[in-house]
Amino acid sequence: MSETKTNLDYVLKIKDFSFYYGSKKAVKNVNMNVRKGNVTAVIGPSGCGKSTLLRSINRMNDFVMGSKMVGSILFENNEVVGSKVDVVNLRRRVGMVFQKPNPFPKSIYNNIVWGPKINGMKIDFDELVETSLKKAALWNEVKDRLHDSALALSGGQQQRLCIARAIAMSPAVILMDEPCSALDPKATGAIEQLITELRDTYTIVIVTHNMQQASRISDETAFFYEGELIEFGSTKEMFTNPYKKQTEDYITGRFG
Amino acid sequence: MAVHLQTELEILKKDLLKLGGKVEEIVGEAVLAVKKLDGELAKKVIEKDHEIDLKEVDVEEQCLKVLALHQPVAVDLRFIVSAMKINNDLERVGDLAVNIAERALFLSGQPQISIPFDFDTMVEKTRNMLKKSLDSLVQMDAQLADQVCHEDQLVDDIHRKMYAKVYREIRKAPEHTETLIHYLSISKHLERVADYATNISEDVIYMIEGAIVRHNPEIFYSVSDSDESSKPE
Repeated sequence: MSETKTNLDYVLKIKDFSFYYGSKKAVKNVNMNVRKGNVTAVIGPSGCGKSTLLRSINRMNDFVMGSKMVGSILFENNEVVGSKVDVVNLRRRVGMVFQKPNPFPKSIYNNIVWGPKINGMKIDFDELVETSLKKAALWNEVKDRLHDSALALSGGQQQRLCIARAIAMSPAVILMDEPCSALDPKATGAIEQLITELRDTYTIVIVTHNMQQASRISDETAFFYEGELIEFGSTKEMFTNPYKKQTEDYITGRFG
Repeated sequence: MAVHLQTELEILKKDLLKLGGKVEEIVGEAVLAVKKLDGELAKKVIEKDHEIDLKEVDVEEQCLKVLALHQPVAVDLRFIVSAMKINNDLERVGDLAVNIAERALFLSGQPQISIPFDFDTMVEKTRNMLKKSLDSLVQMDAQLADQVCHEDQLVDDIHRKMYAKVYREIRKAPEHTETLIHYLSISKHLERVADYATNISEDVIYMIEGAIVRHNPEIFYSVSDSDESSKPE
């Protein structure tokens, strides 16, 4: 847990944003701004809309039948909500890491270069693989077997590979949806350390069910309940003296 | 997990209050030993302090266990942090009771002189502050704790006046100098007990409000401003 930065540069500005699954309003009129270079944790009980919000940021819910986004999400001052958005371009800048590691059934090397290659990036791929894996703290473990299948890696290594794969596209924001929930404590520790090292270079928004994880790694925390943003602010404040009783009850395990 | 934590916190609170009860008791006995110049009672107080020391270690171990096993946050975290500090303060009050008892033991072997200050008022105020600080913990009452913080000034004033009185008495009757210095020291110990009661109250306020009022009284000390009786004279 670190002190909240004073950097007022918001990379994401979410304004009066709602998300509907059919007639069900899953995210309700949310307003929150995400600071550049911060780790922002999103917590709340299952079904509170936190993953839906996260997935809305890079339009991962587009194929959910009957879903609808209302309001505004500005990413680097460009609107994310609406039909005119170039979603592919958006996702180049907003990477995502999922709950279960999902490497491509390819070599470690090809997992990293796949995105940049199909995007026609003209760069030194060997160098990209090395720097991405180094940033993801995986290089030393895999440098001698870059052409082995990514599926042969352990769960924790696979998750770091997925982070390396996201980093390879030089995103501004990395969204993480419970990235450690399928990992053991050691692998979780490695990912948490990695997140701490990646802050500043990237803005990270992480959904987590693990309250201690949120308190350990994030600068700011948002607490959601039944689709509403109940409290959003400095992680230190939230875990020592939350403003709202509902937040206190949730983080101390008195309900939820 | 939350239920386990709540159970542990309940046990911890009970034990902390038990310790508080014991400390209140020996402070009461120590001042009685002074008043009656009762050397035997003074010795009992000195012996009882060992129990308090053991209890303090026990409470601290419980706090460490809860921190390690449950990683409490928010109100629970503030409770544990405050409990550790209050525990430490209570043990120190126990030591002060021993210091007072040691003075009583000395005085019991000396020719009797009249107590050179308003001992009864000082004892009453100090014991009342200690009691109220523990009551504020039991009842989780930040306003009551705030009152205690105000009252500290009264005890400080009595101690200051006591110093002047002892100074005059020594000049008047230098043959009682040693006895008078022991009384001065008792006054100082009582003043310190009141300080610890204030510390405990400040921790209770932190526990409830999440605000650190120590060194910064204006943050919370406005609550009982309307209560004239608790204002410093």
